[in-house]
Amino acid sequence: MFEPFMVNAWLAGTLVAVVSGAVGLFVVERHRAFAAHAIPNGAFAGAAGATLVGASPLLGLVVFAVASALGVAALGRRRNDVVTALALVTMLALGAALLAASGAYEPAIDALLFGQVLGVSRGEVVALALLVVGAGAVLALVFRPLLYSSLSEEVAAARGVAVRALDATFLVLVAMTAALAVPVVGTLLTFALTVGPPAAARALARGAGRALALAAALSLACVWAAIASAYLSGWPIGFFVGAYAAVEYVVARAASAWREGRARP
Amino acid sequence: MHWLVEPGFWSNPVVGPALVLGAVVAAVSAAVGVVVVVRGQSFAGHALTDVAMAGGAGASLVGASPLLGFLLAGIVGGGSIEAAGAERVRDRDVATGVVLGAAAGLTALLLYFVSSSTSATGSTQSVLFGSVFTVSRSVVPLGVAVAAATLVTLFSVRRPLLLSSLSPELAAARGVRPRVMGLVFVVVLAASVALSALVIGAILSTALLVGPASAALRVSRGLVGATVGAIVAGVASVELGILASYDSFYWSAAHRSVPVSACVVGVVLVEVAAATVWSRWRRGRG
Repeated sequence: MFEPFMVNAWLAGTLVAVVSGAVGLFVVERHRAFAAHAIPNGAFAGAAGATLVGASPLLGLVVFAVASALGVAALGRRRNDVVTALALVTMLALGAALLAASGAYEPAIDALLFGQVLGVSRGEVVALALLVVGAGAVLALVFRPLLYSSLSEEVAAARGVAVRALDATFLVLVAMTAALAVPVVGTLLTFALTVGPPAAARALARGAGRALALAAALSLACVWAAIASAYLSGWPIGFFVGAYAAVEYVVARAASAWREGRARP
Repeated sequence: MHWLVEPGFWSNPVVGPALVLGAVVAAVSAAVGVVVVVRGQSFAGHALTDVAMAGGAGASLVGASPLLGFLLAGIVGGGSIEAAGAERVRDRDVATGVVLGAAAGLTALLLYFVSSSTSATGSTQSVLFGSVFTVSRSVVPLGVAVAAATLVTLFSVRRPLLLSSLSPELAAARGVRPRVMGLVFVVVLAASVALSALVIGAILSTALLVGPASAALRVSRGLVGATVGAIVAGVASVELGILASYDSFYWSAAHRSVPVSACVVGVVLVEVAAATVWSRWRRGRG
């Protein structure tokens, strides 16, 4: 399980788990699960466009992910689920049109959608490590105002927090995570880690610091267990990540319901 | 008319069924979509396409009818979203996300079994992008039956459903049970999404669910008017999109046609933009 070819998979999985857990706590807190699903899928149009003009797919991913994040932030103030849905279908349709025009079709799409955690190169691990450092720095800078505006946007705005700029910053952070993590591990794995473990952590932990630590820990546990299970069974890793994340969420919800029931007999 | 409709459009054996099936699916999606937009359930509407895909993959594994697989998975997935997120509306997007992640993982597993047992490829793409031009004829009778059942159910529960969507407290006072209504609606939504995901693919399913409905709600004041407007807009976007996709083969220099999904989404976006501009203009005047 720890052969040389598995080392990069373990490293990449660990790095993605830490970032997704931390960013995911705010995705859950800010009710942006749909945007966290839509932005990586939209970024896929960018990669298709980049192959068409012969540029690096990673550059296309970054440009389109950030553009769709800014679009959702600018247009989706109140009815954000409708705007997010329209942004998502626009990007996917654009991706389909660009892929049809470029002629590159099936293998390229499968690789982008499902990722290849076993084919991770040393360079991709380094890129992920840079992402972890960058996302950690941004989160540390905006942690307090972001938390504040997540709990009550009105109060934060009254206290002089630039709520809209903060929302855009947060969505760009989600976009950067998507652009760097998706080609390595796939949209499926990134999204499942962004929602399940942080939602479980929020149900269990009191206080933002503890919730953040617990979200990262649960996310790590989910990825490590998934890599081990995938290695032992030979089944796709995405299945185990999705299933373990759902189990963590259900158990956490049950535990918090039981605790509340005991507190108020 | 020859400058608009390129030769062979009406006599083409694939175009006719595509126009009919596309219109049926678009009408059902638009009618359901009005309630989806009012209730703020666009995410669930999109997630159910992925959930239904797991059923489609499972059905192709055991050799059952794909539409049955799509329907069954959609209803089970919709029910679990509703059960997990019903207590607190604010937490519904998290419940949707968890179900979506689990279902997508299950799809990956089932597609892995399918591809290792039959060595068939391309199932991912056909499920994701779908194509109204490649729908098998055997789906048509069952599909039309599902569409009719969905519309009849929606029509018969329309009053309590809308009341419990707009004001759960008022509905409860009138003796309507919001949780029952939520469950009924999620089953209607799952059936409609499963049908459209199979016939026109996941991209178009979401586009036709949310786009025409949000455009019509911007323009119309009443919900009946909005539903009629959404159905007209949805059917128009499918028909125009199919026509544009067909024509693009003749118009482009390289004779490569633009995918149907891209054309239909383009028409939907034009509708939404026009509705937004119109409602701003009217508000500015009044």
